[in-house]
Order: sequence, then structure tokens, then C-alpha cells
Amino acid sequence: MIIDVDEKTKCYHCGDECSDDSIAVEDKCFCCHGCQTVFEILQDNNLCTYYDLNQNAGISLKAKRLENSYSYLEEKDIVAQLLDYQSEKLNKVTFYVPAVHCSSCVWLLENFNKVRKGVIFSRLNFIKKELSLSYNPVEVSLKEIVELLATLGYEPLLNLDSTDKPQQKNATQRSLILKIGVVGFCMGNIMMMSFPEYFHFDLKNSNDANYQKFFLYFNFMLSLPVFFYGASDYLYGAWISIKENIKKTIDVFSVDIPIAVAIITLYGRSVYETFVNNSAGYYDSLAGLVFFLLVGKWLQQITYNYLSFERNYKSYFPLAVKVLRENIASFMNVMELKKGDTIYIHHQELIPADAIILKGKGIIDYSFVTGESESIIKNVGDILYAGGRQKGELLELIVQKPVSQSYLTQLWNNAAFMKEKVMPTTELANLFNKYFTAITFTIAAVAGVYWAFFEPSLFWNSITAVLMVACPCALTLSMPFTMSTTMAIFGRNKFYVKNQGVIQLLNEVNEIVFDKTGTLTESNSVGQYPEKVSFVGAKLSEFELKLVKTITMQSAHPLSTMIAKSLNIKVFKALPIDYFQEFQGEGIESSINGNLVRLGKGGFINSASNKEVKHTHSFLEINGVLIGYFIIEPVYRKNWQTILTNLSKSYKLFILSGDNDTDKDKLAPFFNGNAIFFKQKPQDKLNFINNEQQNGNRVLMVGDGLNDAGALRQSNVGIAISEDIKLFSPACDAILDASKFGQLADFLKFSKTSLNIVKASFILSLVYNFVGISWAVTGELSPVLAAIFMPLSSISVVLFSVGLTHLFAFFRQL
Amino acid sequence: MSIILFLAVAAILVAGGFLGAFIWATKDGQYDDTYTPSVRMLFDNTVKSKDASTEKLD
Repeated sequence: MIIDVDEKTKCYHCGDECSDDSIAVEDKCFCCHGCQTVFEILQDNNLCTYYDLNQNAGISLKAKRLENSYSYLEEKDIVAQLLDYQSEKLNKVTFYVPAVHCSSCVWLLENFNKVRKGVIFSRLNFIKKELSLSYNPVEVSLKEIVELLATLGYEPLLNLDSTDKPQQKNATQRSLILKIGVVGFCMGNIMMMSFPEYFHFDLKNSNDANYQKFFLYFNFMLSLPVFFYGASDYLYGAWISIKENIKKTIDVFSVDIPIAVAIITLYGRSVYETFVNNSAGYYDSLAGLVFFLLVGKWLQQITYNYLSFERNYKSYFPLAVKVLRENIASFMNVMELKKGDTIYIHHQELIPADAIILKGKGIIDYSFVTGESESIIKNVGDILYAGGRQKGELLELIVQKPVSQSYLTQLWNNAAFMKEKVMPTTELANLFNKYFTAITFTIAAVAGVYWAFFEPSLFWNSITAVLMVACPCALTLSMPFTMSTTMAIFGRNKFYVKNQGVIQLLNEVNEIVFDKTGTLTESNSVGQYPEKVSFVGAKLSEFELKLVKTITMQSAHPLSTMIAKSLNIKVFKALPIDYFQEFQGEGIESSINGNLVRLGKGGFINSASNKEVKHTHSFLEINGVLIGYFIIEPVYRKNWQTILTNLSKSYKLFILSGDNDTDKDKLAPFFNGNAIFFKQKPQDKLNFINNEQQNGNRVLMVGDGLNDAGALRQSNVGIAISEDIKLFSPACDAILDASKFGQLADFLKFSKTSLNIVKASFILSLVYNFVGISWAVTGELSPVLAAIFMPLSSISVVLFSVGLTHLFAFFRQL
Repeated sequence: MSIILFLAVAAILVAGGFLGAFIWATKDGQYDDTYTPSVRMLFDNTVKSKDASTEKLD
């Protein structure tokens, strides 16, 4: 454990630095009253083990706002939508708690019943960050629970999506695990029973013949679940594929067909050997084959189940909003909003539906929806589109359209959201399979014809042996094993792909489309885009800085506040102001110690009237002399230029920004002149990508906000950039942690490498097949040989692909 | 030597018992969350027995 030297100045709860030790309980200092409150709650309930498990385990509460946030949980209907189970004395609910981060969290949340009476039981899934609670609604309300959780720093994430309960979440995974277990059991026992055979005991003599029969029937019994239960998916898949091919609805050969052929031949031949020849079958090979196949399948469906790749606008919209309908005020699920309802939107709240302002002044931040970085001012009578965030006073709005038909959500009605993306995993394998299957059957037929003439007794032997050995088992294994290793390596580097198919899709990309706001520029974890204030002009003296800071602090205009905040003066005391005046929408003017300071836009500062500055800016004039201007720019990500230069070597790059074209000159050097588009609506982005695809290009979209949602979906691969991967990111194929943006080119390159590894292991498995088949055509494939050869080829292909992937990752320093 | 037959059957039955336990555990959801229990077991004062009975999470 790390022992901190400055422990005194650290908050006992959250570990943040304390400005002083004024907030303290006994000898423990706290950075804010929020942290102190949590400590007191825990102390009162004898739960200080929380701090013993991890030092400073708590969550800083400084950035939280609590007032009235959860009043909507008083509404019964809304609570009912959240609950998993409801009865008179017991309610069950599951929350997503993003703040969970350490074992202390697990401990505290699972002891939540000691904090609040009425909570019966609580259990946390750490990976998914899901808290399951049962409580007695007579003793405690959901609102109280949520408020208490928020006070403790474990604020549950409640949004419109929380009411959609995922149904059969673990069903497929469980059934696969069961199959692996059962087949593994059978495989082990069959192999044990086959031991006498392996060591060539002479079982034909009269003494041991009984035993031999016993072992044979025993193996037959054990193989029943392998064939009928374990292999059922493959047999069924092959059956479907054959049916579709006959009906001509599809023209692809599923990989299931050659596998099913091998399984059926193995089983059929074994049963024949057992009951007709009374000699050993190939049960052990069969069980081994199915076992490996199932393990490969299991690997294939592993995903990051704590990340969500399927989010739509619902995860962004609030769960409920205060509504006045027919003169009755209540909280309502936003999906139930109708035209004509009056809704109330507070500071920092989201506008859930297209609406007209009835009262109040709107300062709406649409950056997340459109990419436009500047807030838009709206007055009474103006229409507001859903998705904007109000900054400022309380707004009273009249709803014009229900949520699902608003300007923003209409995007989700686009055809791109209706169909699943085509995953290539099967395509490559299918292509391979078509020839593979054809060749196998040809070889089997040729061998059969040959032996029919020369040694008819070997006819069936050779045909079945070829079909058994030529099973593309190693082939089907190399893909999932290589890809899952690649996925793990990407995950280690904070690049999370949705599934294995995405890695393959990354290979085929030849164009990359970037969003600007939040993708090339920085964003923070709450979905806002930080901007930096800089001064252009002569360097300001200490006194001038003080002048500017003093007067900007007088003004409430957002620009002034930003400038004031950006000026760091060590020991600052506001200078005495002789005169101050603010000209609405123009600028501010002030006189301090006889210095006339004016700050404002071009027309207001006469000496700057002919100047042209693209970004939000403010000119500074002191005593009639123009000193320069403050400029407010989005902050570009570190190394963004190198990344673009690197990528432009092998890909065609585009920019689709919802913002205005102020940064055009900055971006132009990295893109072809006609590859930069500004003022793009979400629908425009989607259409652009669709167009490129029509022209035969495969597009990788890199974006972040809801305005990119359509483009991310339409593109061949959509990568969402996120500051905090646990929080919101729109539906996508991969999530890239913003800190790893610089490695995007490396990831693209590595996906190429891993596909090459897959191809190499394809060749390796072909070599195995070639060796196996040359044995098989002679009709000499004994059960023992098969039992050794088949698993050996599978295992060596797996080792080859996994090992090589790790090796390359090591050399690439991933 | 017929003892071998008996042994083989007995061995299968024992192993079958474990298989049964495995199936039970899977269906009960033990493999749904494979991380949290590893944290949970480190806590000193165990959760009350009353809670253990309501552990089912489907």
C-alpha cells in the first residue's frame, strides 16, 4: 500500500486535497461538507470498515448537485417503471451505479441495509456496476434510497433507458457453458474408457472380449449427449444452411456444413464399428472435436459486458420531466408527453421534446446533438429542438411533438438503425469453406472410386476417413482464438471493440471520417467541450491583467466569466472601480485609477472595427489603444496533427463537423480541400457516409456525440471516442478511450496483423488436413491415430495463433 | 476382473455427481458474475445469514 506523506492535507473520504483543515471530525480532515456528511453517516452506522479496505475510497462530492433532482421518484407510475418486482412489502430494483470503483464500494453498497432501515438486501455486480436492491416500500421510498445513494456518492444513473429491462441476458452464455461442461465430462470419460485401445491391449482374446464390449457400449452411451446435445447447434445450423441453399435464398455455404458432415460421419462410422464390427469407434475424436468447437464458440461471444454498444437517444434523455397537463402538475415519463403539454426545464436540464418557449430566456447548448459549440439564445415564442441543454433560468415550454417524433430522435427512424450491420466473420470463413467443402468431397469421391476398383473392402473406410479428418475444426478455431486475443490486447490498451467481427471490418476500411467537436477536440466526462481562453496581442503586464480581471468579474456575461476565470493572478485583490457600465450584447467599459478599460466586440471597440477574428473573441482597449483580443477556442487533442498525418498516408480522410467553419484553415493542411465539411446535420453525416459506401468505399467513422449516432451506425465501423468509457457513448462498434486517441493508427495496423495471423493459421491447418487426408485415402486411419491427430492439430493451431498474436503485440508495444 | 466393470460404473457415477453440481451452479447463475465474489470474500464480517437465503438473482 502506498503511504502518502501529505496525508494531513488529503481528504479522509475522497483523497482530494483539502484547502485548509477547517472541515474536520476528530483528527480527520475533509475537503468539503459532502465528504464529511458521508463520513458521519458511515460512522453513525458503524461502517468505517469502508476506509480500512481502501484509503480515501470515497467519491468526491464537490461537483454534485442534489437539489430536487429526484422529485420525480415520488410519482408512483415512474417508480413502477423502474422496479423489477413489486409487491406490498417487497420491491426489487436494479440500478446502474457508474461511480463503483473499488472493493470498499462493494462492501458499503452490500451493507446498504445497515445504512437505511427498510432496505432488505443489496447486492452488487462489480463488473457491470449493477446494484440490485430489495426494500420494503412501507418503510422506505425509492426516492429516499436514491437520494441516500447520491449523498454517499453512488448516484445511480437514471435515464429514459432505465425503464427498458434487458430480458434474456445470460441465457445464451449459460447454455454454452453447460454444453462445454457436459461435453467435457463425456470427453474425459470416453478417453478413459478408450485407454485399453490406446495401449493396444489385445482385446480380441476370449478372456477380455467381454470387457471390450462393455467399454464399447459404455463409450456409445457417453457419446449420446455429445452428439445430440453438444453438437446440436452445428447440426441444426447445417440443416438450416442446406435448406436455405436448396430454396436459393442464400448462396453461401455455412461453415456448419463441413463440420456437421464430419460430426455425422464420425458418429455414424463409430456406431457402425461398435455394433457391426465390435471394434473401437472414433468417439474420443468426436468428443474432442465438439469440445474444442464449443470452446471456440464460447470465446467468440465474449464481449465487454460492462460496456454498452447499443445506446440510443434514450440513454441521453431524462427519465421524467415536470409536466402541467390539464392544470395538473406532475412528473411524467418523457415518452408520455403529448402535444400541448407544458413542461418545466431547469438549469442544466435537457429539453426532451420539440417545444415552444412560453416563459423564460433559453441559452441552449446543442453541442452534443449538433456539434455546434456555441450556445444559442432563444426567446419567448421560439421553437426549441429536443436534445439541447438549458443553461440559465427556468424555462416553461409547450410541447409540439412527442419525443419519438422530434427532430433529433427521427434520426433513429432511419433505415440504418433498422438492420443489423453485416459482420464479416462468417463471410471470410464461408468463402474459404465453399472450396474447402468441394475439394474434400472430391477427394473422398476419388478415393472411393479408386478403392472400389482395387480393394472394394476399403471403399467405405477411405471415404469416411477422409470426411472425418478433413473437418475444418482447426480452421474454425483459429479465427475466434486470434480475434479474442486481439480483442484482449486492444482492451488492455483501452480500445474496446464490440465483437470479433469489428476487428476484421477494421481491415477493410479505406476511408476515415472524423467528427470535429469532441473527437479532434477535447471533451470532458460530462459531455461538455472545454474551451481555452488565450490572449492574442502584446503581452499583458501584471497591472493590465489585474485591470482586466477586476472588470470582467463585474460582469455576468459568460464570456467575461470565462476570461476572468482564465486569468491566474497569484495574489489578487480587485482594484477599486470608479466607473463601470455594461452594454448589453456589445461590451463592457470601466474606469479604474484613471485608466479607461474597454472590452467588447469589433463594433464596440472602434479601433478594432476592421479586424476579423473567427472564433468567439473580445477586444481589449486600454486608454484608447487597442492591446489585442481574448480568443476562445476549442482545445484540440494532444498530437492530433501527427495522428492525422500518419493516417493520411494510408487512408482517405474526411471531416464532417456540425460546427461552423472557423477552424477550416487549421484543419485544411491535413485534408484534401474538398474533404472538410462544416454545418453538417446528423442526417447529412449519415447520408455522406451512405454515399461513400455506394461508391464502393468502406468507411470508418470516428465520432463522439449523438450528432454522430447516425453516421456511426451507417459506417462500416463506428468508433466512439469517450473520456469515460463507462458513461455515455452513442451506439457504435468500438469505444476508444480519449487518452488513447493517439494510438488509433496502431490499432488499425494491428487489426491487419491479426488477420494475417488468421490466414497463416489457415495455411497451417491446411497442412494438417493434407497430412491427415493422405493417411485417410489409404483407408488406414485407425481410431487411435485419429484420436491423437485431430486434437493435436486443433491445439497446435490454437497455440500458433494465440502465441503469434501476443508476440506481435509485444513487438508493437501494445 | 469383473471388479473393473463395477469400478468404471462407480467412477462415472461419482463424476456424474460433479457434473450435476456444475449444471446446478450454472443454472443458478454462479457464472454470471465471476468477479464480485472474489472481492466479497475478503470482507471480514460476513453478510448475515438471512441475506444468504435471498441470494438468488434471476
